[in-house]
Amino acid sequence: MMATLRARAHDVGTRIGRTGYLLGAICVIICTVMLLPLVMSVLASVKPTQESAASPPTYYPHGLSLDSYERLWSYQQGLPTYLMNSFGTAMLTILITLALTVPAAYALARFPIPGKEVLFVILLLALIVPYQAMLTPMFLMFAKLKLTNTLLGLAILHTAIQFPFSLYILRNSFASVPRELDEAAAMDGATSWQVLVRVFVPSAVPAIVTVALFAFIMSWNEFLGALVMMSHSSRFTLPLILATARTETSLGGTDWGMLQSGITISIVPCVLVYLLLQRYYVSGLMSGAVK
Amino acid sequence: MKRRTRNRLVGLAYLAPALAFVGAFTVYPVGQMAWMSLNSWSLLTPPRYIGFANYKRAFEDDQFWTSFVFTLEYTAIITPILIIGGYLLALLTASNSPLRRFTRTVVFIPVVIGLGVSSLLWYWLFSADFGLVNRTLSDLGLISQPVLWLGEDANRSNLAIIASVVWKVMGFGMILFVGAIQAIPHEINEASMVDGATPRQRVTRVVLPLTLRTVLLVTLVSVIGSLLAFDQFYIMTAGQPQNQTATSVFYVYLNSFPYLKLGYGAALSMILAGTILAFTVVQLFLSRRSHA
Repeated sequence: MMATLRARAHDVGTRIGRTGYLLGAICVIICTVMLLPLVMSVLASVKPTQESAASPPTYYPHGLSLDSYERLWSYQQGLPTYLMNSFGTAMLTILITLALTVPAAYALARFPIPGKEVLFVILLLALIVPYQAMLTPMFLMFAKLKLTNTLLGLAILHTAIQFPFSLYILRNSFASVPRELDEAAAMDGATSWQVLVRVFVPSAVPAIVTVALFAFIMSWNEFLGALVMMSHSSRFTLPLILATARTETSLGGTDWGMLQSGITISIVPCVLVYLLLQRYYVSGLMSGAVK
Repeated sequence: MKRRTRNRLVGLAYLAPALAFVGAFTVYPVGQMAWMSLNSWSLLTPPRYIGFANYKRAFEDDQFWTSFVFTLEYTAIITPILIIGGYLLALLTASNSPLRRFTRTVVFIPVVIGLGVSSLLWYWLFSADFGLVNRTLSDLGLISQPVLWLGEDANRSNLAIIASVVWKVMGFGMILFVGAIQAIPHEINEASMVDGATPRQRVTRVVLPLTLRTVLLVTLVSVIGSLLAFDQFYIMTAGQPQNQTATSVFYVYLNSFPYLKLGYGAALSMILAGTILAFTVVQLFLSRRSHA
């Protein structure tokens, strides 16, 4: 506590002293602790087969090998299937989310719709009813509609989860577009659709990127909904097949090396997307979580 | 006048797909869930109306209470760690020096990876015979034989899982707190310095009060997330020992899917949704008051 209090003193003041170095050292320690589990997992994924099954485990690989990745590549239906399931679901989620929320946000931001406030609240209903509680009726409905075990079905569920956040972000972004812009376009004879495509969408690119980014990360990572909706292992997403691999592998016990290679592959897209689009991520979090 | 009517129709047309989607995939399931909870409903037999019997059964069900109390315990332990830890990290890294920025980025990385995947990672780290936690502890001479972290004892499992989740989500609160701290106007900081406030006073009398709304909102998000915990327990303990670490969501899942007691599962879902709603209302009320 004292250390962090001194941090403020240091930040606001100009004096550079021992506290400055101490706080720098604390930062370095924190970074090390946070990165260590990830680094260890990646290192474990490149251990040779025998070493990855060693007990007690080695800290770092004594030889390099991609055996674990090869075993994952051909595990059950094969890694490409699971990658495509995860990726396909995430892309469908982004598409459906944007197709629904962009026009809806436009309507809410610009059109005189009767009962607009009430409709907005209904559209945000999923904010107060957690999807974890709705899976039972969702599953029944999806079973009737033949949407279980389909990527489309899972993408619909993921869209329902992500819908309120996306609508909220886009409506705020559209509402801040200056009215003169769309009024001028309308004067020039543009239809409402042209106004949406030529005025609103270009001025809301950051919000659209934010919505797509969050939809991707949520869908790529989501576990419980996929567990409920997908029962055929050929339809499993990456987290599901890895959870299966935790207990069932060809080696008898858990194939720890293969598990680590799967974890590494699941993590890479999220971390890359985050590092590339950090600005959008943080601003989305600010406006989404703290209204 | 005519144009206004036309505008309304056009607006409704843009809104219609979203309304239809939310109607079908959010509003209808909520109604269906309420209706199912009043029925004896399995996939094998036709539904039969039984009034509130499912709710009555829940309150007499020992496992329901075990799950409920365990989830509350988990939430009560993890929330203060996440909020206080996140706030201290924010105080440490709020200034924009390169090292602080870098620390923020690093602390936030686990937030963007999946909870399921991070749970698998920690399942390995905490594994008794193959995990690095036991290897490290034994190299340091702190333990003489492998500790069974997961699945043997409910409290020990809970602590191991809490450690993994703290690693995974601490950055979430930190980033939001940093945003709130940076939003404090410079004049206020300067004024408090001119008045000779000590660093401790500046934190307790200036920074903390001005960011209290964010603290409450992050607490809300965090508590709700913890009450809905599932992935980490499903993956790391599978509810063991004897379903003592099966959280509320886990118990809903068990009843609805492996057991196919859909009516009972729906009643448990309703109770869960009601609990979450109560927390949401209380905390929204608190955050609004602190804002005024």
